[in-house]
Amino acid sequence: MSYVLKRLGRSFLTIFVVVSASFGLIRLLPGGPLDYLRAQMIQQGGSDLSTAEINRRIAAQTNIAVDEPVYVQYIDYMTAIFRGDFGQSIWYDQSVAGVIGPAIPWTVFLTATALFLAFTVGVSLGAFMAYKEGSTFDVGSTGVGLVLNSTPGYVVALLFIAFLGYRLQLFPTGGRYASELTPGLNVPFLASVLYHGTLPILSMAIVAFGGWALSMRGNSIRVLGEDYLRVARLRGLPTRRIALRYVARNAILPMYTGLMIAIGTVFGGAVIIENIFAYPGIGFYLIQAINARDSPLMMGAFILITVAMVIGITVADLTYGWLDPRAKGGASRESY
Amino acid sequence: MSEFERMAEVSMTNAERRRQWLDEAVLAPARIVWDDWRARAGLLVVVTYLLLGTVGPLFVSEPKPNQGPLLVGAFRTLEYPLGTTASGTNILSQIVHATPSMLVMITAGAVFTVVLGTAIGTLAGYKGGQTDSVLMTVTDIMMTVPGLPLTIVLATALQIKGNPAVIGVLITINAWAGLARAIRSQVLTIRDDEYVEASRIMGMSTPTIVAGDIIPNLMPYITMNFVQQARAVIFGSVGLYFLGVLPYNKVNWGVMMNAAVNRAGATSSPSAFHWLLMPMLTIIVLALGLTLLAQGADRIFNPRVRARHAKSVASGDGDTPNTGDI
Repeated sequence: MSYVLKRLGRSFLTIFVVVSASFGLIRLLPGGPLDYLRAQMIQQGGSDLSTAEINRRIAAQTNIAVDEPVYVQYIDYMTAIFRGDFGQSIWYDQSVAGVIGPAIPWTVFLTATALFLAFTVGVSLGAFMAYKEGSTFDVGSTGVGLVLNSTPGYVVALLFIAFLGYRLQLFPTGGRYASELTPGLNVPFLASVLYHGTLPILSMAIVAFGGWALSMRGNSIRVLGEDYLRVARLRGLPTRRIALRYVARNAILPMYTGLMIAIGTVFGGAVIIENIFAYPGIGFYLIQAINARDSPLMMGAFILITVAMVIGITVADLTYGWLDPRAKGGASRESY
Repeated sequence: MSEFERMAEVSMTNAERRRQWLDEAVLAPARIVWDDWRARAGLLVVVTYLLLGTVGPLFVSEPKPNQGPLLVGAFRTLEYPLGTTASGTNILSQIVHATPSMLVMITAGAVFTVVLGTAIGTLAGYKGGQTDSVLMTVTDIMMTVPGLPLTIVLATALQIKGNPAVIGVLITINAWAGLARAIRSQVLTIRDDEYVEASRIMGMSTPTIVAGDIIPNLMPYITMNFVQQARAVIFGSVGLYFLGVLPYNKVNWGVMMNAAVNRAGATSSPSAFHWLLMPMLTIIVLALGLTLLAQGADRIFNPRVRARHAKSVASGDGDTPNTGDI
């Protein structure tokens, strides 16, 4: 229990630090976003805007009251963010939460599906390759895995969109679902969502599963040589039990840190993929914000991507304690 | 005369010592690498790119508009082997002239990550206690921040210029955290091994133990990570240049892809597709070469394999090939 609490506390701390850092980035850097915003307003409004009026507008958009002392600004900013108020988007002329909020589930849908697909397919394939070690299948799959592992997701995405999207016209080249459909729990809509999501998900999953397969293969071969496995066989345990409880479990455990890093990679990759497929998720808005010089929207998107990722990693971390009982004890004993 | 006072019967001259050092430190690893086809292929690829980045720009003319006809396809003419862009720029010139800054970027990012990750991971794992929990809290926070979005935001907020070394570091800004975590958990198991305990009892200083007993054990892992980071820098930087969110002052593979898609519609029009394809192939081949090299170079750090390839070390160890049957 205290393990879970400690873990949740750390996740909260992460979010707190990231939000504080984003305040620092916006507020304290000379020539940073805040100064840019001011210059933009002066340019737009000409000389009829008084300084107080500009400050008031900046405060409305970024939650930062420029004429207050820094610590007051900081407290205001933090409380606003934790209440879910990310300020006003300049480009879209509505609240940042209103722009990004609806985009979150779409990004989570893409990344979670891609991660799940890549992991399950990769782990099963890797286990099978280890089982058939040295066969043509093993050598061939290792080669394919190496090539896929050396290909960035956006390259696959560009190839997909060029061939399957434009050339063969098999898949849509943008959007989240066909625009004539009404969102809701109806079959045509859900089918359209899957149809539009196929290429983005595949381009993230295809490049990742090779890596999982290769590390699963390596780990399984290592575990197969361990003494405890020989003992398990001598004890006459059923093959199924050996394969799942002994080999699979011990081979997957070392990949857990990799899984957590992969959550980050997939969220980062989604930023590029969403832009290639014009898929309005958080990453799409992040780049829109940067191109439009819309700093409230940019910081809001960044904070929300971080929160989504922190949640993903916390969940992964908590299940690790369940898979590997040793983790709960921690290695915090003794020092040299 | 007691055992302790006995001197070695043979003494080596300086020249002999130098020769042995050369054999063990340089020639043996080279032989190991050459022995494995993957490492050999990887090495060839990496050396080719290094040459491309160092002497390549001297032989290939600088890219500029109207070097040739517009949108010549790839592999059609000897003059423009990789084709030309919509403004008649030679694609081969662009790729070659983009290589030097790419190499700087890759090296900067990979070195930054590996040095910081190893230092923090070893310190936390070996020291344990308070040091460990403080360092790991910082590491965990850094690890849970999404890397590429952080790079994008920092690049925008800090108004960095196009210096490739700075961009390389920026792209791997929090990648050290993952490495530090992994290194720490390996150090946690190594620090209790008998030989480390023996060194501790003999009163060796902590830095000596870390450098002599701990780090060598981590070298395979660190090399693998160096290569993974190099690949991450390539993928990340090209991706972000492709999106057009990083500043640049010279041509870059990602900038080429961006131009191909945005100026010539390379995804929808077949006549411009080679403009997009060539930089993509450049990235894949380099990444593949790095991966292969890492896979083969792994064996350099296996002391048994090393001894077998060193002429100056008497072999006779019981290293039997791992057959994998049980």
